[in-house]
Amino acid sequence: MSEQTILLPVEIEKIDQFVNRFPGEVEPEDRKGFEGYIVKAGSLLNISRALRDEFGYDYLSSVTAVDYLPENSMEVVYHIYRSVGGPALEFKVKVSREEPVVSSLVPVYPGADFQEREVYDMFGILFEGHPDLRRILMWEGFQGYPLRKDWREAYFEEEGKPFKSRWPDGHVSRSEDNNLFGGNLDFPTNFDPETWTGEHDALLLDSLTRSKKADGTPAVHSDTVIVNMGPQHPSTHGVFRVLVALEGETIVALKPVMGYLHRNHEKIGERNTFLQNMPFTDRLDYLSSMSNNFGYALAVEKLMGIKPPERADYLRVIMAEFTRISNHIFAIGMFLNDLGAFFTPMLYAIQERELILDIFEAVSGSRMMCNYFRFGGVARDLPAGVYEKIRDLVNERLPRRIDEIDEYLTESEIVRSRTEGVGVLTPDQAIAYSEAGPVLRASGVPYDIRRADPYSIYDRFDFDVAVRYHGDTYDRYLIRIDEVRQSLRILQQAVRDIPEGPIQEGKPQYQVRVPAGEAYGRVEGPKGELGFYVVSNGKPNPWRYHVRAPSFVNLNAFEAICVGNKIADVVAILGSVDIVLGETDR
Amino acid sequence: MEGSGIWRGLVVTLKRFVMTYVDDIVWWGKKYYTKEGIQRRMSIDARGIFTVQYPEEKVPVPEEFRFIPFLIYEENELGEKKDRCTSCGICAKVCPPQCIWIVRTNDPETSRPIPEPAEFYIDVDICMNCGFCAEYCPFDAIKMDHDYELSVYDRHTKNIYNKARLSKPLTYYAEIRPTNYEREEAARAEAEAAKAARKVKSE
Repeated sequence: MSEQTILLPVEIEKIDQFVNRFPGEVEPEDRKGFEGYIVKAGSLLNISRALRDEFGYDYLSSVTAVDYLPENSMEVVYHIYRSVGGPALEFKVKVSREEPVVSSLVPVYPGADFQEREVYDMFGILFEGHPDLRRILMWEGFQGYPLRKDWREAYFEEEGKPFKSRWPDGHVSRSEDNNLFGGNLDFPTNFDPETWTGEHDALLLDSLTRSKKADGTPAVHSDTVIVNMGPQHPSTHGVFRVLVALEGETIVALKPVMGYLHRNHEKIGERNTFLQNMPFTDRLDYLSSMSNNFGYALAVEKLMGIKPPERADYLRVIMAEFTRISNHIFAIGMFLNDLGAFFTPMLYAIQERELILDIFEAVSGSRMMCNYFRFGGVARDLPAGVYEKIRDLVNERLPRRIDEIDEYLTESEIVRSRTEGVGVLTPDQAIAYSEAGPVLRASGVPYDIRRADPYSIYDRFDFDVAVRYHGDTYDRYLIRIDEVRQSLRILQQAVRDIPEGPIQEGKPQYQVRVPAGEAYGRVEGPKGELGFYVVSNGKPNPWRYHVRAPSFVNLNAFEAICVGNKIADVVAILGSVDIVLGETDR
Repeated sequence: MEGSGIWRGLVVTLKRFVMTYVDDIVWWGKKYYTKEGIQRRMSIDARGIFTVQYPEEKVPVPEEFRFIPFLIYEENELGEKKDRCTSCGICAKVCPPQCIWIVRTNDPETSRPIPEPAEFYIDVDICMNCGFCAEYCPFDAIKMDHDYELSVYDRHTKNIYNKARLSKPLTYYAEIRPTNYEREEAARAEAEAAKAARKVKSE
C-alpha cells in the first residue's frame, strides 16, 4: 500500500467534488439505471492519475467495453477501488465505432495491461500508449471483433435465445451437419489459408525481446535462450503457454499466451436469456462453480432490485465457503504436484474435496456444474440428512484434516526450500497489477471483498481477513491454509445460525424481467475478485455480459513475479498463483 | 533439526497407510464390494483408503442427481400409455444450449393444437445437464434421469434421442426420486381437489 492512500481520506462520494475537480471534463451519468461518470477521452489519463494519487483509488478492478450499436458508439467502462476498502468508482469513455481510440491506462494502472488487450481483441478499440497491444484470446489474423454486436459466430442461428426453430415445429437437425462453415467463414482481404504461415509467433517473440530490465536496457540479448513451455505442459493445469527467455537458468523475460480454451463465453451469454447464463457460469472456473453462480446472481439481483430470503442467504454463504475450501485444498494438492510431491498430497486433498462435492451433489444434483443459485434465492432446500452431514463435516472432520495437511506439508524442508523467497511480489506491485484474492493478500494487502465491500450477509460473521507479508510462493501456499480455517469459522457460524424459511423470493420464474440499466456484482471468489458486469436494455437477453475473471487478471503480474527466478520455479509460481484456464480463456 | 519436517510429514503418510489396514480388519469382509462398505468410504468417518473400484463398485447417486432428461408417461389399467407432456414448449424455451426440439400435434380437421407432442427430440451431445427443463416444467412431465452410463460408439446416429428413447414410466420416476415424487403427487392431488371443488361451486 502506498503512503498516499493512507494519508488521503478524501471522500468523493458526493458527485460535486469529483465533477468540480475536473470542470467540463467529467459529467455524471444521466441514463436511468446507470451509474458513475462519463469522462472525456482526451483527459482520461490525467483524471485517472488524479484519482489514483489524490483520491486514493489505487486499485483498478475491471476494464471492459460495451458496444451500443443502435447509437453507433462504444463505451470503455472502468471500475476502480481503494485498496483500503469501500465501494467502486465507475467511469466510462465514449468512443466512435469507426475510429475507436482511447489512451491506455497502463502507465497509471499496470494491471490494465491484459484487460485492455482483451478489449482490443474483442472490440477493436485501440489503446494509445499501450506497451504491447496484441490480440490476447484470439489469434493474430483473426477477422473481426467478436464482441461487437454486428459480429456473428460460426453456427449462428438467431440474435437471442430461445430459437424459433425449436418449438412448436422443431424438427431436429445437427448444426454440425448443416453448417460446415457455410457462408460464415470470413478471411481478411488478400488472405489465402493454403499459403498462410502465421505471424502470431513472430509478434510474440518480438514482444518478448522488447521486454526491458529495470534500468531500461533490453532484457533479452542474442545469447539468451528462449524456452517455450506449454500449451501441453502438465504443470500448466490446462492449455496455457509461457514463452520464457533465459540467461543460463535465470528468467529475464516471460510472456504468457492464453486463449486456447476460448469459446467466447461473453457472446454466448449475450445470446442467452438471463437465467440461461446461470449454468454457463459454472463452466468458468469449474472448480468453484458455486462462487461463480453467486457473483452472477448478485449482479442480476442488483439490476432487478430483489433480495433473497434469509435462509437462501445462509445457504449461499455455506455453499460459497465450501467452494472456497474445496478450491483451496485442491490448489494446495496441485501445487505440491507441481513441486514434485507426486499425487500423495493431491489425493489427501481430493478425499476431503470429495466429501464437499458429495454435499453439492446431494443439494444441487451435480458435483461440479452445480447451477444452484437462482435470482432471488437458490434452486432447492437441503434434502433430508444433508444438514447433519454439513454440520459434522465443518465441526469435526475438516478442521482435523486441515491440521493434518498443515502438519504434513508446512514444515517440510523440501517445500520450504523450493518456495521460500521464490517469486516475491511486493504489496505495491500487487495493487498496481490488479492482483486479487490470495495472491494480493499473501503480499501483505489485507483486501478481502467480504470485508472491504461486504455483500450478501458476510457482515454478520466473525472472521479474520487472512494476510501474509512476504509475498513469496511459500506465503501464497500458507494463505490458502489460513483462508480455509477462516472459511471453516464462517461455516460453523452459518450452520449454527441458519434459520428455517423460504428459499426463494416470490415464485420461481424462467423468464425474469430485468429492467434496463447496468450492474457490477463482485464476490470474493476462491481465486480473487470475480466480477460480473451486466447491461440490460429491458429485453429478455442481456445486452452486455462481462466476466472479470480473477485467473485472467492475476496473470498480469506473472512476468513481474517470475523475472529473476530460475526456470524450474515457473512451475511452482504458476501453481501458487492458482489459475483455471476455463476462466482465464472464457 | 534439519529434516524433521520431512519426517513428521512421513509419519502422516504412514498413519494413513496403517489406518487402511486397521479399518480393513475392523470391517472384515464388509469394506469392499458391499453397499455399506462404499458408504463407509464415503462417510465423514472414513479413514485409510477411500477409492471406489468402478465399475465393479458404484457410488450410489443422491436423489437430486441429474443426468439427461427423460419424459414421463402414465399407464392406466388397460396398458394405455399417456404422455404427461402437453408440448407447451417451456422446456425448449428455457433450455440454455437449446438442445430440445418439439413438434406440436395439430388436429387434422381444425388444425388447432392438441396438448401432446408429436415428436420430441433431445440432442444429448448438446445437453449440459443443467436441469432447467425439469425444474420449470409445469406438468412434471420432464425429469432428470439417474442413468449415467450412456456411452455409444457412434455419436452421429445414436445421440439424438427421440420420444420413444426418452419416454419412461411414472413408476421409474417414483423409484429414482421417491421424495420428489411424493411431494409432487400430493401437490397434484391438492390442485385436482381444488379444481373439482371449483367446478362443483360453479354448477
